[in-house]
Amino acid sequence: MTGATLERGINAFKEQINAPVAAFFSSCVSCGICAEACLFYTETGDPKYTPIRKLEPLRRVWEQEYTLVGKIKRLLGFEKPVTDELLEEWRELLYDSCTLCGRCSMVCPVGNDIAYMVRRAREGMVASGNSPVDVQAAAVRAVTIGSPMGIKLKALETQIRNIEADTGLTIPLDVEGADYMALLSSMEVINFPEYIESLARIFKQAGISWTLCSEAFEATNTGIQIGSTDIARELVQRAVDGAEKLRVKYVISPECGHAYTAIRWDGPNLIGRPYKFRVVHILELLDELRANGRIKTRNPTNQCMTFHDPCSIVRKGGVLESPRNLMALVNSNFVEMPDHGKWNWCCGGGGGVSANTDAEELRTQVFRRKKLQLEATGATKLVTACANCRLVIEEGLEAYNMELPIEGLTELVAQHLIEDEIPSGTQDSS
Amino acid sequence: MIEPMDFLLWVRGSLFDVAVTVFVIGIIIRFFEILSLGRSKDLAEAKGTEFVPGIKTIITRTLPEQGTFKRQPLTIIAGYVFHVGLLVSLVLFIPHIELFRQTFGFGWPGLPNPIVDAAAVLGIVGLLAALWNRITNPVMKILTDNEDYLVWVLTFLPMITGYLAYHRMVNPYPLILGLHILSIELLMVFFPFTKLMHTFTLFLARWYNGAMSGRRGVES
Amino acid sequence: MTDRKAETLGAILRKNGVSRRGFLKFCTTTASLMALPPSWVPTLALALEQARRPSVIWLSFQECTGCTESLTRSHSPSLESLIFDYISLDYHHTLQVASGTAAEAAREQAMHENAGKYLLVVDGSIPLGNPGYSTIAGISNLQMLKETAKGAAAIVAVGNCAAFGGLPKANPNPTGAVSVSDIITDKPIINVSGCPPIPVVITGVLAHYLTFGKLPELDQYNRPKVFFGTSIHDRCYRRPFYDKGLFASTFDDEGAKKGWCLYKLGCKGPMTYNACATAKWNQGTSWPVESGHGCLGCSEPDFWDAGGFYNALSIPIGDVSRNTAYAGAAGLVLGAAAAGLNRKTKAEAVRNHGKVSIDDLEKPS
Ligand code: SF4
Ligand code: SF4
Ligand code: SF4
Repeated sequence: MTGATLERGINAFKEQINAPVAAFFSSCVSCGICAEACLFYTETGDPKYTPIRKLEPLRRVWEQEYTLVGKIKRLLGFEKPVTDELLEEWRELLYDSCTLCGRCSMVCPVGNDIAYMVRRAREGMVASGNSPVDVQAAAVRAVTIGSPMGIKLKALETQIRNIEADTGLTIPLDVEGADYMALLSSMEVINFPEYIESLARIFKQAGISWTLCSEAFEATNTGIQIGSTDIARELVQRAVDGAEKLRVKYVISPECGHAYTAIRWDGPNLIGRPYKFRVVHILELLDELRANGRIKTRNPTNQCMTFHDPCSIVRKGGVLESPRNLMALVNSNFVEMPDHGKWNWCCGGGGGVSANTDAEELRTQVFRRKKLQLEATGATKLVTACANCRLVIEEGLEAYNMELPIEGLTELVAQHLIEDEIPSGTQDSS
Repeated sequence: MIEPMDFLLWVRGSLFDVAVTVFVIGIIIRFFEILSLGRSKDLAEAKGTEFVPGIKTIITRTLPEQGTFKRQPLTIIAGYVFHVGLLVSLVLFIPHIELFRQTFGFGWPGLPNPIVDAAAVLGIVGLLAALWNRITNPVMKILTDNEDYLVWVLTFLPMITGYLAYHRMVNPYPLILGLHILSIELLMVFFPFTKLMHTFTLFLARWYNGAMSGRRGVES
Repeated sequence: MTDRKAETLGAILRKNGVSRRGFLKFCTTTASLMALPPSWVPTLALALEQARRPSVIWLSFQECTGCTESLTRSHSPSLESLIFDYISLDYHHTLQVASGTAAEAAREQAMHENAGKYLLVVDGSIPLGNPGYSTIAGISNLQMLKETAKGAAAIVAVGNCAAFGGLPKANPNPTGAVSVSDIITDKPIINVSGCPPIPVVITGVLAHYLTFGKLPELDQYNRPKVFFGTSIHDRCYRRPFYDKGLFASTFDDEGAKKGWCLYKLGCKGPMTYNACATAKWNQGTSWPVESGHGCLGCSEPDFWDAGGFYNALSIPIGDVSRNTAYAGAAGLVLGAAAAGLNRKTKAEAVRNHGKVSIDDLEKPS
């Protein structure tokens, strides 16, 4: 195949329409309630961002191809066609103004899972060549270089060497037969290497046998963000191959939300079979270690802190209690944001939006929602569990001239960890 | 000119048969159309179950989320008032129950007519408010197409004719009763092919939503 | 005969020993039935006193004689019966003494002598299927009606059969029965419907005709509005129970004993326009709803075919359960076909899937 065409796009829409999608379209009563859940509407007041409206192209294909009335209407010439112009116009709606946060899917009175449909509609956008160029470029980098940010193994190796030199910890690489294989997001490699260090500390203390994989360290999946099953499959296959080659029992998803979606929920469906290993989110693993008493912490601070729930981890991933349990280990003055947990508002940069410069202005505008939420807490530190959220929030705070330090939850746990033997040798056990 | 009584006999007779036939066939076709598209088996290891969360969402989605209510009270109140009014007058008015009893072989107790009457008034007011909202609310305006107005009219006619018939405000009575029945027949004929189908498909939609979330250990 | 016809009603009544008081009472009753204000009673009395006996020809076609029975069983000896003294009933093959050739001769004579002035009363419907279905003296109903209607000043169709076709016309209408107005279109016709009609309604209509020399105001079914202007339901003494939602569910349950509304038991009062609830039957003794049985709707066209007598008015006429079941079966077949089409479309789309690689992300320029 060469090149994207409208025909391929429409074919992809047809492939993507399944029973849930048909049930959702059949049920929508145009009540507009979903708009109130979407920060792109609430922060702009522009009704064109109403979630269900973002699906108009997919809806048209559904009606024309899969309903009796639509077929008759098409015969009589009443159906509006799906054209390339329409799809171009809808690029902003399906990419720039949707983070796949899934909040709309929680409020629709008839139960429509709108985010699920947006993800599917993106397949048609990709196949018709209407995905945003920046995300396309990221996908090309991910496939050719191995990371959407263009990070190569060398960069990781450098970080590993630095950490090992700084801390005296060992970061295992390519250890066959280890129990756990950790995946990373490029952002962690480049922007937040503390994450890798924290893993090493915690796992050492908990006595976990783990490894990184030189052929598959990247967990993020641009295929999921751009909305291409084929590309997503290719990327996830690398992680699966790596894990199966090293014969690990578990793969640890990094904090990053969409990476978790990719490896935990979409992966087996992409490769068409269940894994030979299990996938666990780092926060779930830490919470389990906490519960089993394998890690202990000390000196919880009483600085006022709040937690930003990454959509893909909480609302769409069911990791809801773990971050709270872990926060309790490290902080005694924890406040929830209004609308927290499964009702949390997106940072505004999920679903590929943060990689998309077309969306930059809009993303800054809608960040107001997070800003209001943060202000309402009065917290002086924000904790989160997604490198992407973290970057987006940092940028947002800057744009709104707000000072608020942000930290990753895993790092925070590592900071408060009681370690048997700290490399400097001052810490007593028990 | 067709006389009121002939008209009434016609709408209670052959036309009703036609309407029921179209209604039943249409609904079954719609369900087949939807379900035939299938849903591939989820191969990812489940964190929760599907069935119970699915059923739970069917129930819980009946109530709005607080924040939504605060931002869009008119949509929600008008929606509730209209739906409750409609449902009460549809399924708790004794003449209607007699029809269901005849069709399905069982009935249920009804409400005293004055209460049904009040519910019907609420239903009509709710519908009018919903229309007003649809015309003025920018989000609804952008979503609304002709079908939404058609569906509104199809729902409004039985309510208003039912009200007029019950209060015998139009003479002769067979005319207004006939119009009431005719409006319901129109509703039944259009039902399977318009958004009115949400009455049934929302159970599917909510179930899928709840089940897919439930599998991931999320309550939706 | 001619002499008697020339006499006024007043004279005849006095001759028969009816007091002035009795006569006025009749006038008052009739006036109230016709919904005339009491101030009209003297006018009515005067008009009736001075009325001359018109010739009346009564034809009975496909009927059960119930209408005639109703009339003759009216309050006896009643003031209504006196009506027979002030009209000249020249032909009624059930009531008249003459028979055979003599009877037909009487009809022809009356038609001849009073051409253009006589009143034609009809009960029973007219079969159009085969003239032999109903004949009188070898003359088909259709022919006799046409002949007799020609010289009539007006026609009173008494009973549901004459007015609307009635029982003979009920599905499947084996004789091709039709009403009088289906055949005669060039004469004023007044329908006194009911199965049978209330006696005082018949007499009241005649009284009105005599009093005012013209037909009373009629509704869209040519029924006199004074008697058929309000529905049974609107005048029903059980109506408060309907409004409160208190219904009898069987003929012997608590509700039935307490006199609750009979809607669920099939009462067609809400759609029926007639005077039963006010005029009542058998000298004002009772009426169907009062005796515990729902109204059958007998004054309305095609009431025989308006669904089961014991089915509530809201229940459609056809067999809904059966229709639903048939439609369900048909739906399964058509639904399977629709499903097949959708699966085919989707399978094709899956087959045509073009694998997306990073070289396929852009549109060819
Ligand atoms: S998934 Fe989130 S961003 Fe996308 S439409 Fe829904 S609420 Fe808006
Ligand atoms: S909330 Fe649901 S029903 Fe309402 S407009 Fe959005 S998708 Fe449609
Ligand atoms: S008994 Fe019949 S006429 Fe009387 S109130 Fe009930 S339904 Fe109406």
